[in-house]
Amino acid sequence: MNKHLSIISRILVAFASGALIAVFLLPAWRIDLFAPQYPEGLSMYIWINKLSGDVEIINGLNHYIGMKHISAEMFPEFKYLTYVVIFFMALGMTAAITGKRKILLIYIIATIIGGLLVLYDLYRWGYDYGHNLDPKAAIQVPGLSYQPPVLGHKRLLNFDAYSFPDAAGWIVIGAGTLCILVWLTEWYINRKKRKT
Amino acid sequence: MKIFQPKKWQYLFITAFAFFLLESCKPKGTQSAAGGDATKAYVAPGKYDEFYNFVSGGFSGQMSVYGLPSGRLLRVIPVFSTDPEKGWGFSEETKPMLNTSHGFVPWDDAHHPELSQTNGEVDGRWVFINGNNTPRIARIDLKTFRTAEIIEIPNSAGNHSSAFVTENTEYVVAGTRFSIPPDDANGDVPIDSYKQNFKGNVSFLSVDPKEGHMKIAFQIRTPGVNFDLSHAGKGNSHGWFFFSCYNSEQANTLLEVNASQRDKDFIMAVNWKKAEEYLKAGKGRKQAVRYAHNIYSDKTHSATSTIETEITVLDSKELADMVYLIPCPKSPHGCDVDPTGEYIVGSGKLAALMPVYSFTKIQKAIADKAFDGDYEGIPVIKYEAALHGEVQKPGLGPLHTEFDANGNAYTSMFVSSEVVKWNVKSLEVLDRVPTYYSIGHLMVPGGDSKKPFGKYLVAYNKITKDRYLPTGPELTQSAQLYDISGDKMKLILDFPTIGEPHYAQAAPAELINKNSLKFFKIEENENPYAAKGEGQAKVTREGNKVHVYMTSIRSHFNPDNIEGVKVGDEVYFHVTNLEQDWDVPHGFSVKGANNAELLIMPGETQTLKWVPEKSGMFPFYCTDFCSALHQEMQGYIRVSPRGSNVALEYSTGKTPAPSAAKEPAK
Repeated sequence: MNKHLSIISRILVAFASGALIAVFLLPAWRIDLFAPQYPEGLSMYIWINKLSGDVEIINGLNHYIGMKHISAEMFPEFKYLTYVVIFFMALGMTAAITGKRKILLIYIIATIIGGLLVLYDLYRWGYDYGHNLDPKAAIQVPGLSYQPPVLGHKRLLNFDAYSFPDAAGWIVIGAGTLCILVWLTEWYINRKKRKT
Repeated sequence: MKIFQPKKWQYLFITAFAFFLLESCKPKGTQSAAGGDATKAYVAPGKYDEFYNFVSGGFSGQMSVYGLPSGRLLRVIPVFSTDPEKGWGFSEETKPMLNTSHGFVPWDDAHHPELSQTNGEVDGRWVFINGNNTPRIARIDLKTFRTAEIIEIPNSAGNHSSAFVTENTEYVVAGTRFSIPPDDANGDVPIDSYKQNFKGNVSFLSVDPKEGHMKIAFQIRTPGVNFDLSHAGKGNSHGWFFFSCYNSEQANTLLEVNASQRDKDFIMAVNWKKAEEYLKAGKGRKQAVRYAHNIYSDKTHSATSTIETEITVLDSKELADMVYLIPCPKSPHGCDVDPTGEYIVGSGKLAALMPVYSFTKIQKAIADKAFDGDYEGIPVIKYEAALHGEVQKPGLGPLHTEFDANGNAYTSMFVSSEVVKWNVKSLEVLDRVPTYYSIGHLMVPGGDSKKPFGKYLVAYNKITKDRYLPTGPELTQSAQLYDISGDKMKLILDFPTIGEPHYAQAAPAELINKNSLKFFKIEENENPYAAKGEGQAKVTREGNKVHVYMTSIRSHFNPDNIEGVKVGDEVYFHVTNLEQDWDVPHGFSVKGANNAELLIMPGETQTLKWVPEKSGMFPFYCTDFCSALHQEMQGYIRVSPRGSNVALEYSTGKTPAPSAAKEPAK
């Protein structure tokens, strides 16, 4: 069995892991809120190390329901995510340079686990913000929580909330998918070779 | 019964028939004109209008902004008159805007808005408008739709032929309606010494191309006539300015008769490039005057008023080749230049025809010295030598002309209540359409620029009579929108206006709305009394002055409990709106305040002065419905008697301990 990647596969893997640099330049995730009095929408952009967009306006609105003030300092993730991404880029590059299929497989599995952890983390923070409300809040609807959707759409009082990957997020997803396709192609070709 | 006697019956029938005949002979009025093409003026809910229409408020002193073609009122911009709704002229920051050499003047009569131009086309940066009574010119910034600057005009009374601009907004002009003794002369003279002592003048105010700041570059001293309207030359006539004048009889009483005697008055042509040369060559005379110059800053969110003390005067009698007079029949009102700059239309409001002058012919007449003598030292060009031709029998009482992009002119006829469309070159009348009633000015979007946008024409009427539901003795004034895209003008909409509309301007919406500011950035707020965060909220005392540095954000003030204020203190509420979001103003009002409310835009600081005259409890609250908890946005200020020992304290959100209830002041 050939344990090495073809030169084309190695270039593609190098390209995919290099593309991760996008997360330093573009936001990874976005949450959009629309309400009758906000027809233009309010957007919060989540980067790997900061927040941007209408965070202060959203905070202003959230105080009615007693939600905690959202600020970048509250998220320890912002401190170490940069290193995590650098690690992933290095791992991908190692796979490309050495051309070892096994390292690519480790890279892919790590990416999938990483992605799932990100979604879990989003859920955890969303849960925390949506449930741990100030008991003195002006607006209190018994039994209602304000947890934003992890992915997709959810109605929160007068707001339609949408949560989706932003540009860098899509690039990461694209890069991961590319690596998986490379690995599958390699696997398929090798299987054929072994049969013949 | 008697009534069925044949004779009586016949008599009744004849009477009824006579009534019927009389009815059908009466002119067809409002009813026959109803049925405008409403679909053309219809702008669906939620859709934007195609044009912004800036309409003078006349005796309201303000300027209104309408959308066209819907005729929907978007905003009333306070200019020369106080506006308690917006705190304009009531807040400490805006009071200096209404300062003049006569002190605080809280009202004026605003007639002629003019959009700034670049290369002869409207550029959507500023609107200038004149204050007629206490002569002033205001500049309104179209980023904020607020008055940014007001400058007073010395040696003037009734700044009527204003505020028109040159094709690159090099200058905005003023022209005095009343001639008066100059400001540095003794004005305490017999009124019938008019001919010796009274002088006219026109002013050229340079406009800083970046900031828009105005400066009186020079005034031209003229004979004592009344200046009415004006317009700048453009294209090949760029460098010239044309002013209509009446009362060349120089009457000082009963002008309706005495100023209507001469067969012809004048259009005054000013070569302002020549005036610039004279100014540069030091031919001007410095004159000591006093006039206020008020500027509002969007950084400090406050205005400054400076009294300026000098202007330069160029004398039309002494300086040759700078000013010429062109005879124009019967007390001309409008003085309008077509988009090419070649044709100048004079509207003699008492004349049965309208002269159209040719700029090329005027230049030739000057070169050939085709003069008909002079008027107080100013050469009078021969009427025929300047004339392109006359529009014969246009209608009665021609007042004002605007243009479309296809070589047509539209003139308002005050006396015959109609708009007349005619061809500028052929002078042939093409169409006429009634107005309801007594049209003053009219307006085509871009209609006094090099690039008219055409499509619509708006008539601004003085009398509405039966057009709207009556509202007692004072009826609404009105505007009427016509579709001028076809050969025939078609009335499509009536809408009421604020005050009395005179001139107006319009520009395509996209030229302006893309620059419209959403809010002021709090970090750029340089008001010395700003509290740029709740942490900066405080109350300080300096002698009997109490400064409250207050913040407002949905939905509370900080502080909202204030104690230790005493009767006779001057309390200054400096309220900063901490919001950084579009369309979230907060208001501020306190019980018994003798001035007005504040209306504070996001990121802005405004100050209300309040002098409590009796002790007690005074609530204050937010007046602009800001949020679901708006009704909770309130506070109290406790006022104690003079000499009381209640300490100055302030807080927000402090809940008292059950036993800590304080005693009333003794």
